[in-house]
Amino acid sequence: MATESRDYTEATETDRELTMSRAMVEAIAWEMRENEEVFYMGEDVADYGGIFSSTTGLLDEFGRDRVMDVPISETAYLGAAVGAAQAGMRPIAELMFVDFFGVAMDQIYNNMAKNTYMSGGSFSVPMVLTTAVGGTYNDAGQHSQTLYGTFAHLPGMKVVVPSTAYDAKGLMHSAIRDDDPVVYMFHKRLMGLGWMPSPSGPKTGVPKEDYTIPFGEADVKRPGDDVTVVTLGLHVHRAMEAAEQLDDDGIDAEVIDLRTLVPLDTETVLDSVRKTGKLLVVDEDYQSFGVTGEIVARAAEGALDDLSAVKRLAIPDVPIPYARSLEDEVNPGTDDIAAAVRELHE
Amino acid sequence: MVSVTDLQTMYEQMVTARHYEERLVDEYLVGKQPAFDISAGPIPGELHLAAGHEASGAGVCMHLRDDDTVTAPHRPHHIAIAKGVDLKRMTAEIFGRKTGLCRGKGGHMHLFDPDVNFACSGIIAQGCPPAVGAAMAAKKRNTDSVAVAFLGEGAIDQGGFLESLNLAAVHDLPVVFVVEDNDWAISMPKDRVTDVQNGAQRAAGFDLPGVRIDSDDATAVYEAAGEAVMRARDGNGPTLIEVQVHRRMGHFMGDAEAYRSEADIDRAKQRDSIERLAEDLRSHGVTDDELDEIRERAHERVEEAISWAKEQPEPGPEEAYENVFTNPPTQAATDGGSAADASGDADETGGDN
Ligand SMILES: Cc1ncc(C[n+]2csc(CCOP(=O)(O)OP(=O)(O)O)c2C)c(N)n1
Ligand SMILES: [Mg+2]
Repeated sequence: MATESRDYTEATETDRELTMSRAMVEAIAWEMRENEEVFYMGEDVADYGGIFSSTTGLLDEFGRDRVMDVPISETAYLGAAVGAAQAGMRPIAELMFVDFFGVAMDQIYNNMAKNTYMSGGSFSVPMVLTTAVGGTYNDAGQHSQTLYGTFAHLPGMKVVVPSTAYDAKGLMHSAIRDDDPVVYMFHKRLMGLGWMPSPSGPKTGVPKEDYTIPFGEADVKRPGDDVTVVTLGLHVHRAMEAAEQLDDDGIDAEVIDLRTLVPLDTETVLDSVRKTGKLLVVDEDYQSFGVTGEIVARAAEGALDDLSAVKRLAIPDVPIPYARSLEDEVNPGTDDIAAAVRELHE
Repeated sequence: MVSVTDLQTMYEQMVTARHYEERLVDEYLVGKQPAFDISAGPIPGELHLAAGHEASGAGVCMHLRDDDTVTAPHRPHHIAIAKGVDLKRMTAEIFGRKTGLCRGKGGHMHLFDPDVNFACSGIIAQGCPPAVGAAMAAKKRNTDSVAVAFLGEGAIDQGGFLESLNLAAVHDLPVVFVVEDNDWAISMPKDRVTDVQNGAQRAAGFDLPGVRIDSDDATAVYEAAGEAVMRARDGNGPTLIEVQVHRRMGHFMGDAEAYRSEADIDRAKQRDSIERLAEDLRSHGVTDDELDEIRERAHERVEEAISWAKEQPEPGPEEAYENVFTNPPTQAATDGGSAADASGDADETGGDN
């Protein structure tokens, strides 16, 4: 499963750079052209093209039957996606912000996630639940969460978190073709929206043709010998920036982008930790009972003897506050990451 | 019948709300031009303005006392102003300041003012159940306070609303549900997402009265709300009211409204409830000078609130950790337990030693 030596050069050999949203839409459109059974539903996904540009242009090409605006009734339409998937179609249903999962969680975790298992495998639920995650733009407690750990915790859903356009496209192809429910969590700050500027990292070269990225393969973004930094989503880019700062001071950080939480590529993490002996996990979700704890636990289970120091950076178990000074305090920044790596390195 | 004084009060609430939001637009756009960046400037984040909704907030809240509860959705300013929420502290909240209503933790979609029993939820229809709960508390305690839940027409398809109608009806609770129908839920016109002509029709399925007000005429809202609030106060149960309002702006600031025709936007702007109320007032003998005076007073109040807010300090980073709980157990949640260990409180929490 480890992918340290994986080579993208062939696939990325293209001058065509796309934003993450364009790459994601390209995969959806390709699958919709290939497979009549694929359709998309959500609020404001038709004329608006998705609040975070997750469906731009799809209405024009596929019409209202296949790109459906739905009532603000998440229980009904997410549950309907489950039913359509069990009937053999391949629905993609969008939850505008992951924070809204609360009004429809039963359909997500009792039906979507469990029907395969509870039916003894006689049903499968080949749907994709797309949803926008993350903060950094002062939208407060009900519109800024990632909830990565919540979805990854409940068994039965595959959980995907792309951090670049290249990954967004390949993971979307894989998600739609997968026979299981996939929660595809795209970070608003990475989509390349004109009104919410992205960092430079997520816009990458993207091949025109279709390609898949297998689930459960983390990406070593930057090899390094001194400290392992495991992260995902927006914080991949913050960690890369921190690694560059640290490089100037002679600290060589290895940055791992998990890319999928379920399944989780434990091997790549363990290989890295065996090399560096020091582990920092950075997450934009709440700290307790979440992604950071899980990664540290797996590192401890698999490479305890090699570990000399561990640290985690995450939202410190408070709801996301509104004011800029408060949100900046709780959301791990590039400087926080650099400081934590320095501490581990000492 | 509505008195001229009441009409004047409503007029003042409405011009205050309109002017307040016009001024918020100026402040919001600071740092966001020429390129719009939602996270830049002194007021970051989403901003949902209610221009064209004012008659609903003013007409309903005229009948409410401080001890009556109001819950508002993501578009709350006109309702908050009519309910008597402290304008200075509300503004400071929108600017993310320490002395804001919520100490900078809530922002414009999540305004809370216990002094006048006002609360918000940014999740569609999710202000309805707490309004039912406030009504439940009033009934259990034998007070005659009531609760009002405001929501948009897009929220009438949401379980939180429909379940609340039923719970309120079956227990005859003193709640009024007020649907503000502005024809749009972001980019979705109402006939794309529901088959009923109007939201008031939902009432029939739950056996409670449903009233539809076809224009955003403050007087008509005042009269319908008066009956509903009295019905609730008298212990006769809930009412559902839907008011036709108009969305004069985009869904939120930065919405280019590519999905909406120019004609529709023009139509929304032509029907100005504030101008209509001014005409009513003139027909009751109120002079233009008196109307000017009201407007000037409103403008001054808004200016005062905004300049006060801008002088307020930002919350310090340490405040991010406060208010998670009313009775914080220990520091354990935020520092992995070291503070609790150091303070020796750990023993009191039931440790073995
Ligand atoms: C449960 C939930 N789903 C979706 C949203 C996103 N959202 C915010 S406002 C809105 C449209 C609301 O329309 P309406 O209720 O008519 O109110 P209006 O904005 O027109 O005042 C939507 C879909 C949300 N906040 N909560
Ligand atoms: Mg509406």
